[in-house]
Amino acid sequence: MAHGAAAGHGAHAHGEHDHHPTGWKRWVYSTNHKDIGTMYIVLSMIAALLGGMMSWYIRLELAEPGIQFIEDTQFYNVLVTAHGFLMVFFVVMPAMIGGFGNWFVPLMVGAPDMAFPRMNNISFWLTAAGLVLLVMSAFVGGGPGTGWTVYPPLSSIAYHPDAAVDFGILALHVAGAGSILGAINFIVTILNMRSPGMTMHRMPLFAWSILITAFLLLLALPVLAGALTMLLTDRNFGTHFYDPAGGGDPLLWQHLFWFFGHPEVYIIILPAFGIVSQLVSTFSRKPVFGYLGMAYAMSAIGVVGFIVWAHHMYTTGLGVNARAYFTTATLIIAVPTGIKIFSWLATMWGGSIDFKAPMLYAIGFIFLFVVGGVTGVALANAGIDFALHDTYYVVAHFHYVMAIAAIFAMFGGYYYWIGKISGKQYNECLAKTQFWLFFIGVNVLFFPQHFLGLAGMPRRIPDYPDVYAGWNMVSSFGALLTMLGTFLFYYIVFHTIRSGKPAEANPWGEGATTLEWTVASPAPFHTHEVQPVISAGDHGHGGHGHGAHPRPAE
Amino acid sequence: MTTRILRSLIGGSLTGVGAVVAAGAAHASGMATPWQINLQDAASPVMERVHGFHNMLLVIQISIVVLVLGVLAYIIVRFNAKRNPDPSRTAHNTLLEIVWTAVPIVILVIIAIPSLKLLYFSDRAQDPDMTLKVTAHQWYWSYTYPDHGDFAFDSLPVAAEVLEAGQPRLLTVDNPIVLPVDTTIQVLVTTDDVIHNFAVPSLGLKTDATPGRVNETWVRISKEGTYYGMCSELCGVNHYYMPIQVKAVSKERFAAWTQEAKEKFAARPAPAVAAAPAQSIQ
Repeated sequence: MAHGAAAGHGAHAHGEHDHHPTGWKRWVYSTNHKDIGTMYIVLSMIAALLGGMMSWYIRLELAEPGIQFIEDTQFYNVLVTAHGFLMVFFVVMPAMIGGFGNWFVPLMVGAPDMAFPRMNNISFWLTAAGLVLLVMSAFVGGGPGTGWTVYPPLSSIAYHPDAAVDFGILALHVAGAGSILGAINFIVTILNMRSPGMTMHRMPLFAWSILITAFLLLLALPVLAGALTMLLTDRNFGTHFYDPAGGGDPLLWQHLFWFFGHPEVYIIILPAFGIVSQLVSTFSRKPVFGYLGMAYAMSAIGVVGFIVWAHHMYTTGLGVNARAYFTTATLIIAVPTGIKIFSWLATMWGGSIDFKAPMLYAIGFIFLFVVGGVTGVALANAGIDFALHDTYYVVAHFHYVMAIAAIFAMFGGYYYWIGKISGKQYNECLAKTQFWLFFIGVNVLFFPQHFLGLAGMPRRIPDYPDVYAGWNMVSSFGALLTMLGTFLFYYIVFHTIRSGKPAEANPWGEGATTLEWTVASPAPFHTHEVQPVISAGDHGHGGHGHGAHPRPAE
Repeated sequence: MTTRILRSLIGGSLTGVGAVVAAGAAHASGMATPWQINLQDAASPVMERVHGFHNMLLVIQISIVVLVLGVLAYIIVRFNAKRNPDPSRTAHNTLLEIVWTAVPIVILVIIAIPSLKLLYFSDRAQDPDMTLKVTAHQWYWSYTYPDHGDFAFDSLPVAAEVLEAGQPRLLTVDNPIVLPVDTTIQVLVTTDDVIHNFAVPSLGLKTDATPGRVNETWVRISKEGTYYGMCSELCGVNHYYMPIQVKAVSKERFAAWTQEAKEKFAARPAPAVAAAPAQSIQ
């Protein structure tokens, strides 16, 4: 209670759940996992608006052939670059890992907070500083027009002589350091701070997904940091790591970047798997089908994700045997991802499905992920990459399978948990309208891009041969629908907080079995002060207890 | 601004599409056509095999999507809360889990075998009859014919204002590559500055031009005609304006052309790296 805090340990404040600092100190100095989670979500929503506006501007330019709006094509390249960076590092990662992860991992595993609350604070503020640096980079000189892949020599001092790329490098360094600290925090929290009875094999799949993601972050980000440091010294201190004139090799960057970059796409999608598993189970009123298979499929995806990086590099002149290996290894990823799709379907099978907005988003996610998945099976083959590499087919593929799919999981997670976060419930009718607008929008936006890609339209171009005009126009119209859906979402957020109905502790009924639904809505400032004790539950499925019934000690 | 946006999204695009149909029809073989939804026509053995493999993939892709979405639709109709108020509690079925792990593995093996065959076939030329050397620059290409007198020339894009009828915008160059049909051609690709990518979709060509490396690929053109491509690796501000144009002619005409070209391009100095490309294309 805000007014009680100044009195400190006044009789009435003592022992009260909501005793916390007030004003700016509550947020800036925060060590509370829920407040930090909220700040991550707000940060992500700001970055999403920036990244979204960039994409709409890109689609506006591409609506018809010729240069209409963006006369300065370097600025177009900067938009493409910044859109990618913002969406990957400052929208999806902060929302899913920093936001929902911070909020719900401690609640789900029965921990009172994260393991290192102060480190949690610095993780957030490093991410925020990274966002500021990244936005600044666009305003330094000509901005970084390198694409998010930052391939040298285009990103070297000779071709980007001003400090824009250096700002970008620092932004990623700083945000990356924040993510590494956050990853350590999640690993320690999940491994050490689970409540009695909350065994690894009873842990909700969302917590599993965050644990695996944290390991990927911990192993992948240092590689990016090393590669970025070498780029920084190449640019500023005369080293030649990526410069063949000094004995270096531009392909070194590509190998290091994609060794990070491929796990990075799983860092984005694994938490989405976790969220979708919770949603499907809750709204089907059934425990997750094949729980162990789901947990270990995610682990397998995490492991295989580290040995397939060069499928991004099929046209670089890689030896044919290496390409054969990377083709084979990449195809294997389809097996654990298939297990996940089939298990979600089997979870719904026989269920009593309630099509609330979060469930619509979960089903939408499955649709997008299947469509994006089968195009991934095509792209895995080095032999067909002559036709598809660097075309809009790739753009369509990764937006379906990774970007928009992740956004769907985020929207689903938002509607699912907003009652717990804010204490207010969203308006179901508005949310369903938002779903349909967004769902139709993204499909009209991205599906025609498969056609453009097959027909040979390269990515990252502000103007294109006139034959590609038709589908580009359709795609831009989809972007308009998507934009309306996005704005409606921001309105729903405002509407929920302003005039949403009070949320119950568990608005979803018997399907919602995880621990966060046992605490009040909004979740009190401190939760699980007395550890809940988890028993195998009464579902009687050998205790693989997504269905494990929590018995809060209160 | 608002009117511009509206014009762009509705009116302008339609005129844009209309204008292209005529231009596209004349060059249907070597470039995309309006509203095209599949790969460009194949004019080389690699691209023909890419077509075959992609057709197979398409069948698998569509079958998987139809199957999964069909099951999803059935679930939505059959297992909604109204029709099925009491959820089952089934959360395991070992046989089912083994099947949906094993069946995808079988499908992947079915994909992998032709995929790897295609990969090894496409890798490099067996006993090439001639070599074409491609050098990328910001933002134009230059081509060398080492087996025909080692002459070389630059190939600059032709600006939209000076295009003749039937010449597609952003794809036409002043000096196209001229190559003979039915000839196995080794293609060596490198660059003078940043990474570019030498790509001609209908010929199945797409190879990075990387500093410090010479990458090898190959082509055997099966039909006479003009084939178009674009730089396919982000290379800076004019990345979108770095076309590739290949004129495939009979062997006799190619032999005659090399004689002319030797004289025509001998008069010029070798590809001038220092020449500022941005000015020269304007």
